Amino acid sequence: MARFGMVIDTVRCVGCMDCVVACKTENSVPEGFNRDWIAYDVTGKYPTPHMEIRSERCNHCDAPPCVSCCPTGASHVHDVGGVVLVDADKCIGCKGCVASCPYGARFIHPDGYADKCTFCIHRVEQGLLPACVSVCPTRCMHFGDLDDPNSEVSTLLASRNHHVLQPDAGTKPRIFYLT
Amino acid sequence: MSDFSRRKFLKISAATVTVASGAAALAKGQPAPAKMASRPAKGVQRIPTYCDICFWKCGAIASVRDGTLWKIEGNPDDPLSRGRLCPRGTGGIGAHFDPDRLKRPLIRKRERGHEEWAEVSWDEAFAYIARKMHAIRETYGPESVAMFAHGIGGNFLKHTLKAFGTPNFAAPSFAQCRGPRDVGFRLTFGEDVGSPERTDIKNAQCLVLIGSHLGENMHNSQVQEFADAVGNGATVIVADPRFSVAASKAKHYLPIKPGTDLALLLAWMHVLVEEGLYDKEYIAAHGFGFDQFAARIATCTPEWAYPETGIDPETIRTTAREMARHKPATLVHPGRHTAWYGNDAQRSRAIALLNALLGSWGHRGGFYAPSSMDVPGYPYPPYPKPAKGKVDNPDNRYPFAHEAISTGIREATITGAPYPVKAWFTYATNLIQALPNQAETIKAIQNLDLLVVVDVVPSEMAGWADVVLPEAVYLERFDDLNVELFREPFVALRQPVVDAPDDQKPNWWMAKKLAETLGLGHYYPWKDIEEYLDHRLTAARLSFADLKARGIIRGAPQPTVVEEGASLSFETPSGKIEFYSLQLEKAGFDPVPVYHRPDEPPPGSFRLLTGRSPVHTFSRTQTNRILSDMMDENEVWLNADMARRMDLKSGDYVCLKNQDGVVSNRVRVKATERIRPDCVYMVHGFGHTARGLRHAYLKGASDSQLVTRYATDPLMGGTGMNVNFVTIEPEATHG
Repeated sequence: MARFGMVIDTVRCVGCMDCVVACKTENSVPEGFNRDWIAYDVTGKYPTPHMEIRSERCNHCDAPPCVSCCPTGASHVHDVGGVVLVDADKCIGCKGCVASCPYGARFIHPDGYADKCTFCIHRVEQGLLPACVSVCPTRCMHFGDLDDPNSEVSTLLASRNHHVLQPDAGTKPRIFYLT
Repeated sequence: MSDFSRRKFLKISAATVTVASGAAALAKGQPAPAKMASRPAKGVQRIPTYCDICFWKCGAIASVRDGTLWKIEGNPDDPLSRGRLCPRGTGGIGAHFDPDRLKRPLIRKRERGHEEWAEVSWDEAFAYIARKMHAIRETYGPESVAMFAHGIGGNFLKHTLKAFGTPNFAAPSFAQCRGPRDVGFRLTFGEDVGSPERTDIKNAQCLVLIGSHLGENMHNSQVQEFADAVGNGATVIVADPRFSVAASKAKHYLPIKPGTDLALLLAWMHVLVEEGLYDKEYIAAHGFGFDQFAARIATCTPEWAYPETGIDPETIRTTAREMARHKPATLVHPGRHTAWYGNDAQRSRAIALLNALLGSWGHRGGFYAPSSMDVPGYPYPPYPKPAKGKVDNPDNRYPFAHEAISTGIREATITGAPYPVKAWFTYATNLIQALPNQAETIKAIQNLDLLVVVDVVPSEMAGWADVVLPEAVYLERFDDLNVELFREPFVALRQPVVDAPDDQKPNWWMAKKLAETLGLGHYYPWKDIEEYLDHRLTAARLSFADLKARGIIRGAPQPTVVEEGASLSFETPSGKIEFYSLQLEKAGFDPVPVYHRPDEPPPGSFRLLTGRSPVHTFSRTQTNRILSDMMDENEVWLNADMARRMDLKSGDYVCLKNQDGVVSNRVRVKATERIRPDCVYMVHGFGHTARGLRHAYLKGASDSQLVTRYATDPLMGGTGMNVNFVTIEPEATHG
């Protein structure tokens, strides 16, 4: 079975937010909310600061705390690609998952359920890339099967330095940032 | 920006119980879904068109789902977008759904400056305009009508006004933006870099950016190629008072003192000449006046430039050598918004000369030779010959201005010299935010007998109009063909994807109706724009039906660089690259650029610098609910140490007060390690004061309001706008 993940090249990314806009239109994310966002990580002092720009979203963790804490089973691991999803009909909007996520990836949709990135599973199941990946003008985003050693994502991880967000949280995130 | 959107994201998630449900649609309060009567309502239709959120005009494919506009993506056949739009283009559907849009034609009810109008029919609006125009023609002549336009959509209205008999057409994109660059390059190479720029960024091995903030300035093809160059390991050198996104990708970041770029450029050229690192063969074949040029820059050593620029001599030498190492694939980017300090054409000429030393003009990784499709214009009847010359540049005061100077028309409107200007038409340009010194713009407007504003939203400019004509947004209209010079020839079609939700009309329809009302109907021999487009395409042996289906038709690629067989020629007086310019000398200007030290900010003041955000275009997209969700107000960037000293932190609201006492709307501080301590920076386009822009009203600060001073470029009339100084005031002092 595939294990979907993303590899994002921070060297190419300019933080233009096209990924955020594309997610919004593709998934009709309501005004005032976004399922993904850009982080500008600035360290050091002027005139020699360092900045890493990252497109961030749900990490679709291998050990997702949002799933283990969900009282109704609404938060679950999908059988295709191991994507973490929310069944809106089962969700009671208790916000336990929102609090449990170390990445701040979830919010409560105005219709009352927990919402977040789905890796655009509706597109992926049609053989398309997630909307954010497909629009990125810098082509800094890659999506694929982490368990397939020949996939683009696996090859990139094998050949480039990379890191994940908050590795100490024990969540085993599946979004990797190339540096 | 991202920090902000993330903060908002979290804040709102915590407060969802108070948010009304039923907001599944993209924008609260959006109009009923617009439907194309002629298209089936069920399923997804994909309709190709080209974008209009900026002037880049990327090819796009819009998706309509069950009759409602859903999303818009890049057209894979389009050489500009290469199948990927920028965030503004992707968010373009928000323009259609914008609840703040103009809906019907308006005629002013009260004196100008009060946003009070009566809704009228289109016929009433045209009759009113025609009556005023006839009276102006009677008293002053048809030349007393002027038009300001931005973008391809102005073509038809321009045609109507040419038929009326005026020669006065200007775009702020010249004197307020790219004009100095174009003049500097023309004086040197005999040609300018055009738009889209002929920069071969993707093949550059060394890319030098001087204040150009690619990635924030989101010109799609250029940003895509920038990422390619960075991904390929190109050496990036950035000189900017601000640690831009591009600077974060740079091997060498030069934190230059604002206004001293020309000193750096001269010193770089000095090193290349002194150390014999320039392309000698190229210059022997194509250069004119090199020895005189070399003599003139002999004193411009890195040691001379150091106290001016703050860049140490060793860094200047290292970076110059790095440029030489990669020549001719070293691209010193010409920039785009170059109206900074009033010496901008000469600074741009220095950029051109630096490129010439490196041999990059005409070579791979430098500047390529673009080509376009041969699509003849429509065979209209000849226009009447205006009795008077253009009003914007009397006595050729700015001898190297090859386009009309918008601020020159404004000046003539104020002074009445060389002759009075009594009517302005503006198309898709918000002159209150685009021109420096708003008081002068308003003074000029008050001298008019007629101000007609064509726009999609009730901008500040619309607020001053006598007649407001609401245009259908690009997703709702046909437009003229896009036949642009680029890497390869192509023609692109803009066609309607959905209906306009109210009584908005396309520009071509307005222009034709106005011509008919003016008795100039014979200038529009075509019935509608489809007939016009079909005629032009047939003349080019292309199929309109084919273009409707595909959106883009590409022509045969031509050689673009010497390496592909392109040849070099220079349309300068000498027929060569003019290192020493006799035409400048003859006109009384420096034949080789000379550095002049800029004024220092007074103690306690900061130089005001401005730039772009990737999610907004000028002052025209702030009510687009998708794009405003990315960024709904601007911030004032302040060096973190200065902020600490002033007891300010990120998120605090302050006001900016300029040297003439003008106080801005409140704006949030961004305390950051990404800017020098002697300047502050804002993204242009915010701080709207037009009440009709409900969503953007008084959000952030307007840099335009603070630009009361400008330095005029003596070569071409450009208005350098980085010459204003501000102090940071507590929010409370602002009334």
